[in-house]
Amino acid sequence: MDDKIRSLRMEHITKRFPGVLASDDITIEVGEGEVLALVGENGAGKTTLMNILMGIYQQDEGRILINGEEVRFRGPEDAFNAGLGMVHQEYMLVPNMTVTENVALGYKKAWKKGILDLNMVRSRIMEISEKYGLAVNPDAYIWQLSVGEQQKVELVKTLSLGARFLILDEPTSALTPQETDELIVLLKKMTDELSIIFISHKLQEVKALSNKVTILRHGKVVFNGNTDDYSPSEIASKMTGHEVKLPENNDEASHGDVVLEIKDLCVRGDRGNYALDGLDLSVRSGEIVGLAGVSGNGQKELAEAINGLRKIEKGEIALFGCEIGNKKPRSVIEQGMGYIPEERNIEGIVPPFAIRENLILKDVDQKPFSNKSFLKKEKVNENAERLQIEFDIRSAGINTQSGSLSGGNIQKLILARELSRGAKFITAVYPTRGLDLGAVEFIHKELLKKRKEGVGILLISEELDEIINLSDRIAVIYKGRIQKVLEKKDATRARLGILMAGVKEDE
Amino acid sequence: MSKGFKIAYKLGIIAVSILAVIFISSVILVVLDAPILKTFYTICIMPLTRSLHITEILIRAIPLAITAIGVSVAYRSGIINIGAEGQMAMGILAFTATALALPDVPRPVLLPFALLMAALSGGIWGFIPGILKAKLNVSELLSTVMLNYIAAQFYTFCLRVVMMDPAEKMSGGGTPQSMRLTENVWLSRISGRLHYGIVIAVVLAVLIYILLWKTTVGYKMRASGSGARAARYGGINVPLFVVASMVISGAFAGLAGGIEIAGVHRRAIEGITNNYGFSAVVVALFGGLHPLGILPASFFFGLMIYGSTLCPRQVGVPANIVDVMQGVIILVIVTSQMVLSDKYFQDRLWRKYQSFKKRKEA
Repeated sequence: MDDKIRSLRMEHITKRFPGVLASDDITIEVGEGEVLALVGENGAGKTTLMNILMGIYQQDEGRILINGEEVRFRGPEDAFNAGLGMVHQEYMLVPNMTVTENVALGYKKAWKKGILDLNMVRSRIMEISEKYGLAVNPDAYIWQLSVGEQQKVELVKTLSLGARFLILDEPTSALTPQETDELIVLLKKMTDELSIIFISHKLQEVKALSNKVTILRHGKVVFNGNTDDYSPSEIASKMTGHEVKLPENNDEASHGDVVLEIKDLCVRGDRGNYALDGLDLSVRSGEIVGLAGVSGNGQKELAEAINGLRKIEKGEIALFGCEIGNKKPRSVIEQGMGYIPEERNIEGIVPPFAIRENLILKDVDQKPFSNKSFLKKEKVNENAERLQIEFDIRSAGINTQSGSLSGGNIQKLILARELSRGAKFITAVYPTRGLDLGAVEFIHKELLKKRKEGVGILLISEELDEIINLSDRIAVIYKGRIQKVLEKKDATRARLGILMAGVKEDE
Repeated sequence: MSKGFKIAYKLGIIAVSILAVIFISSVILVVLDAPILKTFYTICIMPLTRSLHITEILIRAIPLAITAIGVSVAYRSGIINIGAEGQMAMGILAFTATALALPDVPRPVLLPFALLMAALSGGIWGFIPGILKAKLNVSELLSTVMLNYIAAQFYTFCLRVVMMDPAEKMSGGGTPQSMRLTENVWLSRISGRLHYGIVIAVVLAVLIYILLWKTTVGYKMRASGSGARAARYGGINVPLFVVASMVISGAFAGLAGGIEIAGVHRRAIEGITNNYGFSAVVVALFGGLHPLGILPASFFFGLMIYGSTLCPRQVGVPANIVDVMQGVIILVIVTSQMVLSDKYFQDRLWRKYQSFKKRKEA
């Protein structure tokens, strides 16, 4: 069975879930050494299709052919044995075990009569990392590794177990831009040995890596073609079904009053170090200030300090002239703060709560949602129904559990709550991370709309395009300080990149 | 997947769970060399055959229901209160002490006041683990269990020393119990030993339902329990609601203890708490952590507890068999909930079902 996989074909795959046609007569094909990009919006059925290929789900109709022969996978085990390996969006690694031990978990050859031959696993890891140029330290613990390194461990693990065909589900969604570039180079090299299907909605990556692209929409294949023949914007419009032009902020810079003024802010991080070390920043009303920087330079701590979620040691944060440093979240909210948090599933929503309940999280004590401590069910429902339409939150209804929504819809829910309650200032942290183009477009438009209404916005992001498109001014954060603040017209990717790396311009 | 299949799946899991409980209990009964059918009959059916039996079931259901409702409030707020046993004991002591101290106060004042004291003292006993959890993040599992021990010892101390019935002291009998309490703290009875505590239990169930789902306080409690970080960022004072839910939970257990004395025993005796505090956790889970589910669940557990007391005489099986069955029920509930939420398993069954249908058609 150690033959190369020269061709893989999924024919007329159909899969029904209750009320949804997740895959509708889908046919895809990947040849030897090819990279197929599977593109589509969230919920288009990409992951379902790959789960069928991996034997996690069974198709209702259709068949899978490897090297021209029909195969039937009753479970993931069968798919592994046939040489398929999948790296899931969320890594399946045990944090308090070493790399070697993690690989050993699935490496059956090293298990002999209750004795685990870790040396054998280690040499296998070394062999694989040499062959594919995937540098990993086999003795490092997973928790010590960055997300990018964990990604490599996942790849090494999958390859060590004998995968000759890789399936990658949004491999770059959690990576920094630098790590993403690195990964793409690596994967490109691997195509000498194997074929890859990768799921993505980042079109630059699709262009950079794939030979062929298949676009899914609502469970159907809407497009099939060679990547080189189409531009990213052509692919984008085929993916969303309409022309996508990410909105840009081309208006005059705001001359409004300064609404957020941060002076000499010092805040400790989780490990006791100074995550913010004398940071100064100001935002005017009707202005978007983009905070660019490699993540881990104090962005998270800044957002938390502004929102009353983290103690500040020194300095001032004034919102509309009112000191909000070390105030309770409640008082910060009452000052007019809106917050789109980084971890939308944990901080942004109460997952078991229904959509209608999450939409009033901050306003449960306010009229009209409650009166003398009693909830007004009709008002809560009315509010939810209105916002669901206005913000296009796709779900079975306002009583749907929020935790069961897709990432994009959760973000729309948070956005709906934060934008509809009349906040006068908004802190948005990685607002579009991991979202598809349609959702990104929507969120950008809403933020720009708020800017027009005179709301001040602090936009924290790693996506330089997002920052450059939306911001009036761009501040670069490095090691807890603002490296430099650029006017929109002076900001280029290259210049920002240099500043983000910590190089001072006057040096 | 068709809707019919989904419903059948759920019912199927529940049926399998019940069968599993019966099967595992049967194995134990076989080991004990007891007649299986007759034991089940004695525990589950015989108590329902006479109205006197039914009042006895309800008497046991009352403290279970009130305590379980309290447990569910804490559970909804993210705290597993397994300290209800101790909170109940503290409630009984406060109730008894009040009654002993003020025997001449008229009933319309004394009875509510003594019940209030019972709730207050249970509430204080719930406040301790609540504040420890909220301020210092001490695991409530540890603190509530430890407080149970303290409460149990304090209870025994009081009954043997401070509150001991003077008559017992004189006669030298030394039974650890208080004297019979003044009639001014008695809850009237409806039929047999069944007392008006049942009305209190139903009213409390409705009140808690309203609190949890119709008020802002309940909303904040549930938010703190099911998404503490989101609740905190949303401006909810999470520690406050954690403490508040534990105080309510403890107060309910304490009140259940007070009502038990006022309605049934009318004096504090050792062993009155009867593991109600622990059973209440099971009842709360069995009732789906919903007040209106807890009422029938507590009736069912009251039935089992009462039925088990009939066992030694009827079939020669120790009454503890019901404790064993409770343990089995906890395991089965937890397991079946896992299975019910496992979509892959459901999907696999659905496939099997379909290929079975196809084969039949062919």
